[in-house]
Amino acid sequence: MKTENKAFAHSTLLLWLIVGWAGFCLVPWYGIEDGFFGFEWLSDGYPFDPDYAPALFLILQGKKIWLASVVPFMILPVIALFRIKSDPVFGKVLVVCGALGFGILLGQGFIIGLKGWQFGWLEQLFGPLGDRQFGMGYGALFMASAFLFIFTQGIAARGAVNGDVFVVSSIGFVVTIVAIFVFFPIISMLLSAFIGEDKAYSISVFIDKITDNRLWSLSCITGGQKCGAAWNSFALAVLVGITTTVLGLAFALVVTRTGFRYKKLLRAMSVLPIITPPFVIGLAIILLFGLSGSFTVFFSDLFGFQPTRWVYGLPGILIAQILAFTPIAFLVMIGVVEGVSPSMEEASQTLRANKWETFVNVSLPLMRPGIANAFLLGFIESMADFGNPLVLGGNFDVLSTEIFYAIVGAQYDQARAASIALVLLFFTLAAFYAQRFWLGKKSYTTMTGKGDSGVYSQLPSRVSKPVFLIVAAWTAFTLLIYAMIFYGSFVELWGVNNTLTFKHYITAFSARIGEHGIHWTGSAWDSFWTTLKIAGISAPLTAAVGLVTAYLLTRQNFAGKNAFEFGTMLSFAIPGTVIGVSYILAFNVPPLELTGTGIILVISFVFRNMPVGVRAGIASMTQLDKSLDESSLTLGANSWQTFINVILPLLKPAILAALVYSFVRAMTAISAVIFLVSAEYNMATSYIIGRVENNDYGLAIAYSTSLIAVMLTVVALMQLIVGKTKIGRRSGQSGAKP
Amino acid sequence: MKLKQNSKAASVSFKNVTKIYGKDVIAVDDVSLSIEAGTLVTLLGPSGCGKTTTLRMIAGLEMCSSGTVEIGDVDVTTLPATDRDVSMVFQSYALFPHMSVLENVSYGLKFSGFKKNEISERAIAGLELVGLSEYGARLPSELSGGQQQRVAVARALVLEPQVLLFDEPLSNLDAKLRRQVREEIREIQQNLGLTVVYVTHDQEEALAVSDRIIVMKNAVIAQDGTPRDLYDAPANRFVADFIGEANILPCEIAAIKAEIAKVKIGDYSLNLPSRGLDKGSALLAVRPNRVIIGKSKPNKNLPGKIIRLTYVGNHLEFTIATEFENLFATSSDVNSEFKVGDDVAITFADKGPVLLES
Repeated sequence: MKTENKAFAHSTLLLWLIVGWAGFCLVPWYGIEDGFFGFEWLSDGYPFDPDYAPALFLILQGKKIWLASVVPFMILPVIALFRIKSDPVFGKVLVVCGALGFGILLGQGFIIGLKGWQFGWLEQLFGPLGDRQFGMGYGALFMASAFLFIFTQGIAARGAVNGDVFVVSSIGFVVTIVAIFVFFPIISMLLSAFIGEDKAYSISVFIDKITDNRLWSLSCITGGQKCGAAWNSFALAVLVGITTTVLGLAFALVVTRTGFRYKKLLRAMSVLPIITPPFVIGLAIILLFGLSGSFTVFFSDLFGFQPTRWVYGLPGILIAQILAFTPIAFLVMIGVVEGVSPSMEEASQTLRANKWETFVNVSLPLMRPGIANAFLLGFIESMADFGNPLVLGGNFDVLSTEIFYAIVGAQYDQARAASIALVLLFFTLAAFYAQRFWLGKKSYTTMTGKGDSGVYSQLPSRVSKPVFLIVAAWTAFTLLIYAMIFYGSFVELWGVNNTLTFKHYITAFSARIGEHGIHWTGSAWDSFWTTLKIAGISAPLTAAVGLVTAYLLTRQNFAGKNAFEFGTMLSFAIPGTVIGVSYILAFNVPPLELTGTGIILVISFVFRNMPVGVRAGIASMTQLDKSLDESSLTLGANSWQTFINVILPLLKPAILAALVYSFVRAMTAISAVIFLVSAEYNMATSYIIGRVENNDYGLAIAYSTSLIAVMLTVVALMQLIVGKTKIGRRSGQSGAKP
Repeated sequence: MKLKQNSKAASVSFKNVTKIYGKDVIAVDDVSLSIEAGTLVTLLGPSGCGKTTTLRMIAGLEMCSSGTVEIGDVDVTTLPATDRDVSMVFQSYALFPHMSVLENVSYGLKFSGFKKNEISERAIAGLELVGLSEYGARLPSELSGGQQQRVAVARALVLEPQVLLFDEPLSNLDAKLRRQVREEIREIQQNLGLTVVYVTHDQEEALAVSDRIIVMKNAVIAQDGTPRDLYDAPANRFVADFIGEANILPCEIAAIKAEIAKVKIGDYSLNLPSRGLDKGSALLAVRPNRVIIGKSKPNKNLPGKIIRLTYVGNHLEFTIATEFENLFATSSDVNSEFKVGDDVAITFADKGPVLLES
């Protein structure tokens, strides 16, 4: 028997106790004004200045006495240090102390805020408090983490998940952060939709706001002026969902089931829109079809009619979104179309079905999950899209822009923003459920893991001809759009003065070498560096959280796993605009005061993009045979060592995918960002949107073009850094033995 | 250095162990067994009988729902795999594809607190033992199936575990290699004095390598004994049929004298050990090679008719229709003059047929 395990468990406990006590005695308890990474406080009155004092010093000075209530739960676990792990007292003490400590720590933060007691009845009960507190800082963070992991060690000691501390702690960690950064904001938002003008909660206010005529009016059908934003959004999303799915399917079929020669070009083109900020396509469409757009001018000259603003509104948004989201549908569809085992089709053909009958009766039904997924993605992306409607919307109101105007406009109506966000959330969640319902419990798995030597059958000609036509048209149009973007960035003033110039690049990115090194004089540098920094920080965090979650979902069994999966995937169905609004509502006030910081941007990206990391991780982990983990365990490695030595090295492709995706999304995202940026932390996309609003298209397009170039470089670099895990010459054939 | 006789080899015992998956799928039902140190014991049975679950419970990869598991007289029931001194060779070998052969073999040593030079010494010794010392730098994917299998064995062996587990280790090898590798495994086990628990569904393999075989069926132990016990004296119809095939015929015990039973099958009668059975109806298990086929004659035999005859190289296989059931018989006389459709007289060898409870 090995004996070092007892000592190991206790060293982890000791570590977290030290962290907890450090949080209480050493570091500032409350958040620092200068930001998380500002360290001026060290030389500025610490440790006695109440702004920077650790909790211990505050209490000794007779301030914030209530903070002392957590102390007993940091002292009691010391008892456990002297017990062995299998002693029931060990587990019990840790569970009780961890849970109560964590609960009280959070509870005091919610009960006592900027104005003393947060709830009227407490004031009545205890009288005015005469003291207040700000957002939590390092001290609270350290201590909360300590309580959390003390709790998970207790749970593990009581036998959960075979007593595996690493697994239980990971579950506890993921559950906690998802609760704080996904569920808590949504609940805050839900609550604030109930608040009326008199600051009191009221159901009738809620119902009024939710059923507002500006959202639900149908007068455009009955001959009136405008339809409600909710119907607009819904109709748009359905149209976009259907069109992108059909196009995505067409692309996937061309790539897998025809002898088409330029498949690589198609694959490469599918990457382009992913690294394109979403509204850039909207800009290109204005260059083409706007009032002074090339097409508009050309045709109005030809036929002699007045140029119109026809593209602003539904047609423009529709075109832009279809261009932007078709590649996403393609990526979903290609996986599914390739996943249909050729032997299914071959079997059908040997059973006397012809190609067309096989396609309709076997191939297409097997692609159903892909079709459902692609539609869902298109639907949600369209609902959540913010940039294109802002640029091209005209009088066509959609929910995402309505939310924005409610919160940044003159109205500044948080409650209205919250209630529109709820309507938007309702639509996307409904789509999410409808998809699950439609797929039902049928099995669509055709990959058996056994070598499948068949070849995909070619498309029947009555499918392949129209499919080719669609693909050709789309490809030509997309190339045209990107050519316009590139060309447009060099044009002085589109439609008015068409001379070529570097002016826009110079305004944005000029730099000169002065006495003190390089001066970044261009107007875009600030937001550019901020964007790189935020994206660079959030990408590895997203990948880490995503992969750990995927590991828990695929490799471990624990009670409540389904709820766990649902919770982690939920943020996938929450549009960015909703995240933005809910974060403002939840993190604007203590105890978690994060608005205006860079941290809130990082956090919003981590939770927006986490589902992709999870999916990528799950997809590649299910390819790894479970016996690899098990053999590592029987060879004496614990689950943490197994994760590090065996799973991670084999997951490099998934890590890369998660890194690249979350980096690129952080660079291009706009919908959540627009609510969360501040003067200090401005992001590239919101800067560009600002330029667009000032009709400064040249600069906006030049900046966008540079972003695309930067992202291509960074993606290539990441590929280089992460590298490939060498697993032998046969790896290229995905394990199929010759 | 060389791997020495393993002094750590330990016994394994299960006391009333039950494993339930989900709510009501019983994989192992109240099983008690004990495995002596230094022996090779096989868990044998058809798929779904609970043998692999039993093995995984010894490894600590599954936790039993009730009962206790002991290794070397220490209760390990709640210990996870990492904390048990047991290593396992997997059906798929589970070699880490991103590590070289030597790294694979060193893997477990890294977590056992050995010093660096000792790790490599032991790993190289392990590779030598399985005859692969030249291949340390290769990746698993650059080895043949048989070589991969040996790496997996070496990786488990170098830890000198208390118990070494094999989960159908030969099922991915071709027939010829299978015989060779199983002999190697047996040799290593005997030379190093290891406690080995071995899971297979191949009865021939089990008979060839084991000190003892535990036959499982439907989550319980059907019989536990030496290979010869199981073959010559199966406890029930299932074991008789599963180990080495048997024709099972209904018969009548007419009389018992001094533990010798007079057995009647239709008109044919013979004397066999009674094995504690009483007078009355019983079953008779006859191995195919104990069925003797002779020219048709009037009595003291079981008349039959050959309905199928297959030539398989070193012997002939007959299917013979009788008044009870079709009999399956083999004959090493490949030059036999019998043809399909011949009427024949069947008798059974004196030794071999076994009486079973009906």
